Amino acid sequence: MLGVRIIPCLDVANGRIVKGTNFVNLKDVGDPVEVARQYGIEDADELVFLDIMATHENRGTTVDLIRRVAEKVFIPLTAGGGIRTLDEIRSLLNAGADKISLNSSAIKDPEIIRRANYRFGRQCVVVAIDAKKVSENKWNVFSHGGRFDTGLDAVDWAKKATEFGAGEILLTSMDKDGTKDGYDIDLLKIITNSLTIPVIASGGAGRVEHFAQACEAGASSLLAASLFHYGELTVRQVKEYLMYKNISVRLTK
Amino acid sequence: MRKKIAIIDYGSGNIKSIINALDFCGAQGCVVDSALQIEDFNGVILPGVGAFGPSAKFLKTKGFDKAIHDYVSSEKMLYGICLGFQLFFTKGYEDGEHDGLNLIPGEVKKFEFEDKNLKIPHIGWNDIKITSTLDSKKMFNAIGEEEYFYFVHSYYVLPKDFQKISSFSHYGKRFCSSVAYKNIWGSQFHPEKSGEKGLKILSNFINEVNA
Repeated sequence: MLGVRIIPCLDVANGRIVKGTNFVNLKDVGDPVEVARQYGIEDADELVFLDIMATHENRGTTVDLIRRVAEKVFIPLTAGGGIRTLDEIRSLLNAGADKISLNSSAIKDPEIIRRANYRFGRQCVVVAIDAKKVSENKWNVFSHGGRFDTGLDAVDWAKKATEFGAGEILLTSMDKDGTKDGYDIDLLKIITNSLTIPVIASGGAGRVEHFAQACEAGASSLLAASLFHYGELTVRQVKEYLMYKNISVRLTK
Repeated sequence: MRKKIAIIDYGSGNIKSIINALDFCGAQGCVVDSALQIEDFNGVILPGVGAFGPSAKFLKTKGFDKAIHDYVSSEKMLYGICLGFQLFFTKGYEDGEHDGLNLIPGEVKKFEFEDKNLKIPHIGWNDIKITSTLDSKKMFNAIGEEEYFYFVHSYYVLPKDFQKISSFSHYGKRFCSSVAYKNIWGSQFHPEKSGEKGLKILSNFINEVNA
């Protein structure tokens, strides 16, 4: 049986893993290789590295970080945050990333999805969608770290991204992000029901039950950030609960 | 002296991860982009992500088709990963019909499911059932039953000969997730991305490679 994937998301800046809220009080939380290795030991199924500076100048440090992690941690790695060009994608993949995640640049020009798919294969193209509820059963796509309402309907955009060649959708609920109130189940259902490709749920996880709810709503993978970083839950605890709920997961020991 | 393993570069795959994994297992991965080079090695890996047709065509254009056949007939070890594994077979049906390397008789077909909950690509960690052939025991030496490996693919292989299959997995249906037949090994999953167990398979491969 295919296991549901549990994916810790790590914020990176200047080649280090950082913690903080809204770009203020960023704290260095240690060596990226060590943090990644620790998550690997805990049976994390995949790691997402999100470049929160997302500037061209900082890209080199992220590439280097991926390179160092990929030398020691042998699970899938995804890099995201401000990726704009095929050259940037190539350098991240060459450094050892397995997938890259596109967000604002794909909204601006969806052709980048098609070109990345053609050049590197569907399996490495993740399209990240930041969605916010605007009315009953309607969510819009926001760009640039959630700052601008693009006016795009989240379902329409997710379908279009799939047609252009996305292999996966990383769906973040802006309403739920940071609340620890649970994933946005309605949003997840409407998106997963409209798509044939896997959806990674993000935003709102606070308790083990939330992970199981998102699986039941159709998510293929479950992403969480602060919950894991601050040690409120371990990946292992989440997986044991899912197992208890008869949801297939990978547990190694 | 570390064993040298050639990794065939045909312009698509994430080769760095394979080099890293081999390095971790005590071998040296050497990227080769010319067909002439492979006869100098006792171990070759055919990696791959991307599409069947263009990749098969590229291998032929560059002369890898014949070089790989010659290499294999000298009984040296070959491992195919993901698309590289699919390319071992006779025909692939990704965007039309394409000839593969035909090292193993069989076809490569797309997953198609009525059940819309079965998303495609099949991405993630899935478990395997290991077969009882001698070659399979070598490939999965010291790997227990029902271990998980990392998959990412939309197409699956249908080998003609049951005896060459070294493991099965399940996604909507049973499919062959690896083969091991004499000196030809291959897996649909990525051993270089499957944690400790994946590294163990690569170590088993390296062990079979003559120094």
